[in-house]
Amino acid sequence: MAVNKFEQGRIPVEFMQLTNDQQLMLNGECGEAARQSMEILAALGKIYGAKDMVSITSAQVAGVSYKTIGEAGLEYLQDFAAAGACVRIPTFLNPAGMDREQWQKLKVPAAFAKKQLEILSAFSKMGISSTCTCTPYLVGIRPKLGEHIAWSESSAISFANSVLGARTNREGGPSALAAAVCGCTPNYGLHLDENRIANLLVKVETPLKGTSDFGAMGAFVGEAAKGKTPAFVGVKAASEDRLKSLGASMAAWGSTAIYFMKGVTPEWNVVKGAEELTFGAAELAATREKMGGEGKPDIIAIGCPHASLQEIEEVAARVRGKKLQTKLWVCTARQTLEAADNAGFTREIEQAGGNVVADTCMVVCPLEEMGMAHAACNSGKAAKYLTNMFKKKVVYGDVEDIICE
Amino acid sequence: MRINARAIAKGTAEGEAMVSKDAISFFGGVDPKTGIVIDKGHALEGKCIAGKVLVFPRGKGSTVGSYVLLQLAKNNCAPCAIINEEAEPIIVVGAIIARIPMVDKLEGGAYAKIKDGMRVSVDGTKGTAELNE
Repeated sequence: MAVNKFEQGRIPVEFMQLTNDQQLMLNGECGEAARQSMEILAALGKIYGAKDMVSITSAQVAGVSYKTIGEAGLEYLQDFAAAGACVRIPTFLNPAGMDREQWQKLKVPAAFAKKQLEILSAFSKMGISSTCTCTPYLVGIRPKLGEHIAWSESSAISFANSVLGARTNREGGPSALAAAVCGCTPNYGLHLDENRIANLLVKVETPLKGTSDFGAMGAFVGEAAKGKTPAFVGVKAASEDRLKSLGASMAAWGSTAIYFMKGVTPEWNVVKGAEELTFGAAELAATREKMGGEGKPDIIAIGCPHASLQEIEEVAARVRGKKLQTKLWVCTARQTLEAADNAGFTREIEQAGGNVVADTCMVVCPLEEMGMAHAACNSGKAAKYLTNMFKKKVVYGDVEDIICE
Repeated sequence: MRINARAIAKGTAEGEAMVSKDAISFFGGVDPKTGIVIDKGHALEGKCIAGKVLVFPRGKGSTVGSYVLLQLAKNNCAPCAIINEEAEPIIVVGAIIARIPMVDKLEGGAYAKIKDGMRVSVDGTKGTAELNE
């Protein structure tokens, strides 16, 4: 047994190079919350082999809904806030379990709402923005090419790494929070050039007609990639809204945190001899068949990831002057909701019987507790999660397919 | 016999080993009020991990599992120390916030030699584990 080496000294453990400032935090000279946060980051850096920390410009923290984190998360956040936790950089939250202003109108159970408000209050004590969204990049937080960040919402990670060329690993809620408190994150993985290289070339040989086709392609590639990084060629009409849907779907059906697209993404690095994958009409049809079910939904859910103003406008145009028989939710960020209010889109959707909902989404809100059992959506990510939640395949299609009354 | 390991979460503790061949998801897998493993079909199903030196390959499941370790500690139901084959973030974060001494990557294949009921001491600051058969 190798233990007899013990007498000759300890196994070499690689320690990270910390700056003075970071060392002070680790020593506890900046308070207990900063000490614990730096201890977490140093330990994560150690297990991933990081040599040092990298400064970050923003953080985005997942694990906000009471439905997701429960009593365990609430207690931790309250303890952490009481220990003096305070963020050093702009920090945003992932969607919560409800719209903080409209929860009563939307019939969210009061006991749930009380717990959710306690969670938001703990985050607020830490100096975190009250914006709860999976699309911070649509409401002014748009990191630039090469900028380091620590985000934890899988769809936002994909968008930031791929479409914007910023750099983030897939952070968990606690590690993103620790990074926010310390203003840095261990320098490994997607922060380094050598890991931002695709090894799966996806040849797209079919036209993609709308958001739901991009979501279906994301589901197909996410599953097929098995941890590989995809690079797409042959994609036409890749609007930002469609890329948002593609990345979200790939992250939900697989674990893709970065992708490239010829002529679209600011980075394009593909390893020589990369494995090839074809996405043609047959693959598209088979994936849509696999994702979509039938029947009359209890809720039509749009806005996964959170809807842009253009997407809300599209829904408003679709329902203008109609009376919907099915509940309709368009989920978005608070700032986008305000813009939709000003543009008159919210009123048009509400007059048709729908709701524009902020701070939350169909995936993290307690829909089952609210009596719903079947959904329609235009998002590959939502299709995955709502099918799991309701144990029943969603009705899947573009806005004009699923709002058809 | 004292074994070198990788120091993950600081502190020292000594207790009786409880060995799991399965990875553990603390979220949904362990009752935070009692420390009893409730994961159906898990190698430790029905057993109480409170006060044990918990030996398992790695964490799995939701990152909320980190918070469950803290709940266990607050309810005096946490393991007294953790030994993993290879650490991953859920357990690392959980051990740090719950102040549970933790090491991984024991030298010389010692991980496989730990048996249920063995007295084990863990030094998560220096990075050692001591097995007393």
